[in-house]
Amino acid sequence: MQDNPWFEKGEEMTAATKGVVDLPDTIPVNRQPRNWRKAGIIVAFCAIPVTILVVFTYFPFASMVGYSFFRMKYIGPREWVGLQNYIDVFSRPGTLSSLKLSLYYMVGAILQVVVALYLSTVLAFKVRGGNVFKAIYFFPYLINGIAVGFIFKFFFTRGFVFDTVLQWCGFQLNQLPYWLRDQAINNWSLVGASIWRYLGQTVILFIGSIMSIDQSLYEAAEIDGANKFQQFLHIILPGIKTILVLNIILSITGSLSAFEGPYVITSGANGTATLFVLMDRLAHVNQKVGLASAMAIVLLLIILVFAILQQVFFKFVFRDAGDGVAEARKKAKRMQRQRNRVAVKRTSVFRNGSRIGKERSVK
Amino acid sequence: MTANSSSPAHGAIVKKPHVSWYSAKNGFFTLFKYLSLIFISFWMLLPLVINFVTAAKTSDEYQSTNVMDMPKNWLNLHNYVEAFQASNMAVAFRNSFIILIAVLFVTTIIGTQLAYVLSRFTFPGNGLIRGLFTMAALLPGIAMQVALYKLMVDLNAVNTLWGYILMMCGTDVISIYVFIQYFENIPISLDESAIVDGASYFTVYSKILLPLLKPAIVTCMILKGVGVYNEYYASNLYLQDNDLKTVAIALYSFTGPMGSKYNLICAGVIITLLPMLILFLIFQKQIYNGIAAGSVKE
Repeated sequence: MQDNPWFEKGEEMTAATKGVVDLPDTIPVNRQPRNWRKAGIIVAFCAIPVTILVVFTYFPFASMVGYSFFRMKYIGPREWVGLQNYIDVFSRPGTLSSLKLSLYYMVGAILQVVVALYLSTVLAFKVRGGNVFKAIYFFPYLINGIAVGFIFKFFFTRGFVFDTVLQWCGFQLNQLPYWLRDQAINNWSLVGASIWRYLGQTVILFIGSIMSIDQSLYEAAEIDGANKFQQFLHIILPGIKTILVLNIILSITGSLSAFEGPYVITSGANGTATLFVLMDRLAHVNQKVGLASAMAIVLLLIILVFAILQQVFFKFVFRDAGDGVAEARKKAKRMQRQRNRVAVKRTSVFRNGSRIGKERSVK
Repeated sequence: MTANSSSPAHGAIVKKPHVSWYSAKNGFFTLFKYLSLIFISFWMLLPLVINFVTAAKTSDEYQSTNVMDMPKNWLNLHNYVEAFQASNMAVAFRNSFIILIAVLFVTTIIGTQLAYVLSRFTFPGNGLIRGLFTMAALLPGIAMQVALYKLMVDLNAVNTLWGYILMMCGTDVISIYVFIQYFENIPISLDESAIVDGASYFTVYSKILLPLLKPAIVTCMILKGVGVYNEYYASNLYLQDNDLKTVAIALYSFTGPMGSKYNLICAGVIITLLPMLILFLIFQKQIYNGIAAGSVKE
């Protein structure tokens, strides 16, 4: 046992690992004798997932960039056309109007966030039947897209479910529009279906976030006489700020790539074709693979811009987010360092101050 | 006061006697709260409930009555049987089951292995691999299918189950994040003590960490399972043979000649969502946890 290198420095290792457990670097002793084993396990465990990722994500992505410069079908010869596909994407009549459709989905997404915020605030506290409500709101999220398509085709058909309910409320059938055919309203119908499907997911997200807020804050606020609305404004809203902003930004990229509703409910007819529906039709029905690739790349670039904006936004706006503890700690550390510097200067006159100074400033 | 007694928990802390205007206001808010909850529940449930109602109607009944009228016989299962046979659901359920088992098995194994390596070792390329997976999450799947389809054609993987399964294994990103997070909460001293005792890295992974990872695995499997079961876009592209259809796209066979027989379609819809309903009722808590865990990745 004595010749095992592990034990030679064993004492050192445990001392080092006790303090900072989550640094993988803290097994240095282990490195020399077992290096090949470590390398072996890393290669063995990474090989398959990374291969699948590269083959099914990055290789197609790279080839898609290539396809966007060709006029081609899935099978058959291809012809180099340079940037013509990109020019076509923007000069085709359908493209810009389909991009405009994402505004509907953005409005819908914001509405969804607002409603979810209300519901989650209510449901995070004790409500009779709270779990039942939660389940009712969430379940549509688990239904597959095709089924949702049928459900809403049925729901919005002339004289069927939605019209009947509105007639109960006193509307006449001939006053009502064709929900999926009338171009003035059909995109809102699809947005409604999308909210129906995803509202519950947002509610669950927000509830989780609200639950993680320190409960004693509410009690303190209540003793101070804050009403429910003030509690919402000053405790809940700051508490879930991060996830809220994240959700809003994600809903922008989500709106740009809106697909399911128009694809399964209206098949993109009557002016409901979003960019992805157009792209799908170009690629798989018309087999204009080059043009569809260019369209996909344009959209990816737009989404990428928003993703980078999101990163930048989080870096700078939430630099000092959280409960302020991290910031306070940083400040305390800075103060401590300054004090140390002063202390070193002073003490060094009388005794071995550099040692003291070093010890302190290491903290 | 009656309305007030049902107000939320925090009222209990303040035991001061309620002044009448205060309790009236509170009562109003409580009323508003429940009315709003019920109102939204109504719209969430209505599309689904009408499906059940319509699925119980005979064809004559469906054509002669309003959709909102109740059926004569609630236990009329005839539509379910007919829908099940017409859309070849037995084969579809078999296919979905095979795909589900294979994908869940593979993604769980490779996902936990990758997460183990990424979270436990520093090595050149660790950051790169994490970055590649993060970037992959940004690429919307529908757009990728344009190029992926060409690849699948070249690989002769169109209209094969294995091709579809392999593709579904490759698009799994969220669960890797969940596993990494979970690994980082397991103290590394556990690995170290096992290695001191002579265990290999593989033993550490399979015998010590994997059992501890069970809750995360269950969560990820459920979420992934829901995703795979409900996936319809890629399966519609790649599994066009009648014998290869999954449950989600078997429903598609109701468009066309049967497109207006909504009593059949509604029965079909309910057949496909029944497994999800059962899963949801059993694993409600894990599903909620998974939703929250999946969002942390950004």
